[in-house]
Amino acid sequence: MYEYDDYDHALVHERVAQFRDQVQRRLSGELSEEEFLPLRLQNGLYMQKHAYMLRVAIPYGTLSAEQLRCLAAIAREYDRDYGHFTTRQNIQFNWIELEQVPDILARLAEVQMHAIQTSGNCVRNITTEAFAGVAADELLDPRPLAEILRQWSTVNPEFLFLPRKFKIALCSAIEDRAAIQMHDIGLYLYQGDAGQMLLRVMVGGGLGRTPILSQQIRDGLPWQHVLSYVEAILRVYNRHGRRDNKYKARIKILVKALGIEAFAAEVEREWQHLKDGPAELTDTEYQRVASAFVPPAYESLPVVDLEYGSHLAQHLGFERWVQRNVKAHKVPGYASVVLSTKPGAALPPGDVTSAQMEAVADWAERFGFGEIRIAHEQNIVLPDVRKRDLFALWQAACEQGLGTANIGLLSDIIACPGGDYCSLANAKSIPIAQGIQAHFDDLDYLHDIGELSLNISGCMNACGHHHIGNIGILGVDKNGSEWYQITLGGAQGQHAALGKVIGPSFAAEQVPQVIERIVQTFTDYREHQERFVDTVQRIGLEPFKERVYRTQEVA
Amino acid sequence: MNKLIRLVDGLPVIESADPTLAIVPLAQWQAGEGLLLGPDDDVESLQPLLADVAMIAIDFPSFRDGRGYSQAYLLRRRLGWQGELRAVGDVLRDQLSHMRQCGFDSFAVRADKSVEDAVKGLAGVSVLYGRSAIEPRPLFRRR
Ligand code: SF4
Repeated sequence: MYEYDDYDHALVHERVAQFRDQVQRRLSGELSEEEFLPLRLQNGLYMQKHAYMLRVAIPYGTLSAEQLRCLAAIAREYDRDYGHFTTRQNIQFNWIELEQVPDILARLAEVQMHAIQTSGNCVRNITTEAFAGVAADELLDPRPLAEILRQWSTVNPEFLFLPRKFKIALCSAIEDRAAIQMHDIGLYLYQGDAGQMLLRVMVGGGLGRTPILSQQIRDGLPWQHVLSYVEAILRVYNRHGRRDNKYKARIKILVKALGIEAFAAEVEREWQHLKDGPAELTDTEYQRVASAFVPPAYESLPVVDLEYGSHLAQHLGFERWVQRNVKAHKVPGYASVVLSTKPGAALPPGDVTSAQMEAVADWAERFGFGEIRIAHEQNIVLPDVRKRDLFALWQAACEQGLGTANIGLLSDIIACPGGDYCSLANAKSIPIAQGIQAHFDDLDYLHDIGELSLNISGCMNACGHHHIGNIGILGVDKNGSEWYQITLGGAQGQHAALGKVIGPSFAAEQVPQVIERIVQTFTDYREHQERFVDTVQRIGLEPFKERVYRTQEVA
Repeated sequence: MNKLIRLVDGLPVIESADPTLAIVPLAQWQAGEGLLLGPDDDVESLQPLLADVAMIAIDFPSFRDGRGYSQAYLLRRRLGWQGELRAVGDVLRDQLSHMRQCGFDSFAVRADKSVEDAVKGLAGVSVLYGRSAIEPRPLFRRR
């Protein structure tokens, strides 16, 4: 993991002092709320329905055991004993007092964490996939460039008041698990024929009111240019992005208005001034940062572990969990484990208690190398677990409510906090998730249905990424009451697609039944072991619509 | 009218603005006057005029409008403007350090705010990872 040096320490500590002073000035009335707003946002502090919410950055989803314990302590001492992991690999605390925020930030700084730029119209947390460095299908490790970009974008004076928020994601595996096509900039890192690191640069993706998948602006860009090229994109965007309408201010609208060719030409013109100048990344810097991500001291283990094999044969529950929650690792004898934060109706998706966080920190040390990842599906990943320890980990995880064998299944719902917390919401998300989870609580059935992603957002801002869920649910407001619009066929990854609306929206209590009918249609039409999304693609929306709305009338 | 903060050899000095200097928008500007730029003005087309410009003021209609930062960067780094570059409009203490990094060297703090307080905002944080108009080398080239 990356360790802070003197510069990094100085920056976070000075930033805490600066914000402490700003909070003081707000409390004394010297700063108006309007003036304070962007300052607090750039320190991760939102005003929600009932209280302040603090969003803490988890750079590219990577945490140490010590950091996770610190988050647990913050949840216990300053919040209501839990935190919420978000779809951008961050954590949110929902019940925070303004006066205490500087102290919380100081605690975070002690463990090399911060909340800088987790909100506001600036470059946000740089994300990548949760299996970076360990995935069996990885091409190159994306973390060094992610960390370099994190540093470069942190308090970068020219780009702190952009037209709108700006999200950058990196991925370097065959399967794109970082959803780079729905980011303002998506960077796909791969190896050229001569073994050199190259980047495919995608620009203008994003969900929200106008969901658009990103388009390629450049391919084969040598890694040394990453900062100058991103700088060129940001400068063009900062100068020309719309500022008159916040719904038209994202870079995707600018790219769409100009067309990708014209936008690319504009970026190219700007880049010609920067290219081969001081912004070019050096080998020394890359090596300095990359040295923080050298693989841990893996043991050389047999590929087959007999004891593990016999546990698999004896325990159906364990076997199932391995099938869903355990992912291939590039080192023989190891695996990566996904701990589900979606146990069912008991806890909202992504919510994790302090005790659970502490347990996970212990497991990371006992079974791994003290490292934890947060996936953008809001689950927790232990990247390096010996196969022979999987059984013990599974038992421990089950005891803590983190052992549900549902990764990638219908009940692994991705949901934003919605109307229970969020002041922008049209409708609640959590009770919808819980209603569906209560309806689909039979694990056998869920396993039969197979891979199916279900995403819920409480409004057009799409924090629950509903557009790219195989089933997407969007909260809409109709004459002051809460309704839910359903889309089908969305997908993430290399075959990313945006879902299509099936028809008029539903009341909250209808949603589980509607999902049931969609699933029944799927099982009726399914060929062999086809995945849900493939069936939707093959047969189109009609059979689903027909079933959902016909039975609706009869009922 | 509020006083100005000016950087003289990198240090802030509080002084009165010169009342005789006209600062006018591009459309009305004449040689010898100060030039007032709005966020929509294209700075790259100014090159032929710069020799006759007395000073440049960049307007921040709202402190949340960050176009002025890129304009300042371009004036300093690309057009080589070395004269006074003043931030005017919604200029507030908590943005002064960013403005300074982007090449501003004078600041007309919003009239209802204390200039003496605002000076404290110039320092900002001491670490700049990336680069800026006044420090074109990213931190990794300065380590
Ligand atoms: S999608 Fe809407 S309701 Fe949900 S968290 Fe985002 S802004 Fe709030």
